[in-house]
Amino acid sequence: MEPDIEQKIKEMQSQISELQGRVTDIEGTHKDQLAMIVMSGDMDKILATMVVAVGAAAMDTEVKLFFTFWSIAALRDPKKKVTGKSSIAKMFGRMLPAGRNNLKLSKMNMGGYGPKMIKKLMKKQKVFSLDEFFEQAAELDIEIVICEMSMDLMGFKKEEIIDYPNLGYGGVATFLADANESRIQLFI
Amino acid sequence: MNDEELKAIEVAKSVDARGTSCPGPLLAAKKAIGQIDKGQVMEVLSADEGTRKDIPKWCNKKGFEYLGTLEESGFYKIFLRK
Repeated sequence: MEPDIEQKIKEMQSQISELQGRVTDIEGTHKDQLAMIVMSGDMDKILATMVVAVGAAAMDTEVKLFFTFWSIAALRDPKKKVTGKSSIAKMFGRMLPAGRNNLKLSKMNMGGYGPKMIKKLMKKQKVFSLDEFFEQAAELDIEIVICEMSMDLMGFKKEEIIDYPNLGYGGVATFLADANESRIQLFI
Repeated sequence: MNDEELKAIEVAKSVDARGTSCPGPLLAAKKAIGQIDKGQVMEVLSADEGTRKDIPKWCNKKGFEYLGTLEESGFYKIFLRK
């Protein structure tokens, strides 16, 4: 064999082993996991969140949802009443949707007519309702972490949050740690 | 596999997911796949066009063999081997 070809093969072999090392590094640190920040509290975006989350879980991807700011209103349980809130917290409570079935659409809300229309269409098209999505999510062990800081800021109390098996509270470092080891990270 | 082969195949498990839209059928398939043994065939009935594309991707990820799809009137029969 020509000496320069031999040299080239050697170079390529060392490049391949370097790349193999890098691939092992990437695979080692990134799990088959989806970490999602859910900031929007619009019905359509919560729906999109749940479609992606449940779809990912159906594909055996571990799912961690980090609910912050407006989205927390979607996790309120309208049946649960809390007392002892400050006047600003009470105002927030009144102005924000009481749970996932009272959310607004980001477009075409039309004073509440839009969400009604969409719910009707979803039923007709046999799309899971948000109630069904949360039921499936619970069954699939999808984790929900609620941003502690947003809770305090908006005056929400833990006593008014839905009953959900894998639900906890955390800070930004919780999300970052989860995102760091996830192969997919999304922000909605 | 061609249509004739799919029609003749022995199905160990049939999942009727025509009552749900994306991602319902995928979820139904995931829940049912544990009930068959490796090498057995499962069919997923879905009226959802997206599922037809999703099931092969899922098969690819899980290492199942996507066998093909039969178009029935108003729904699809999607075949895979575990």
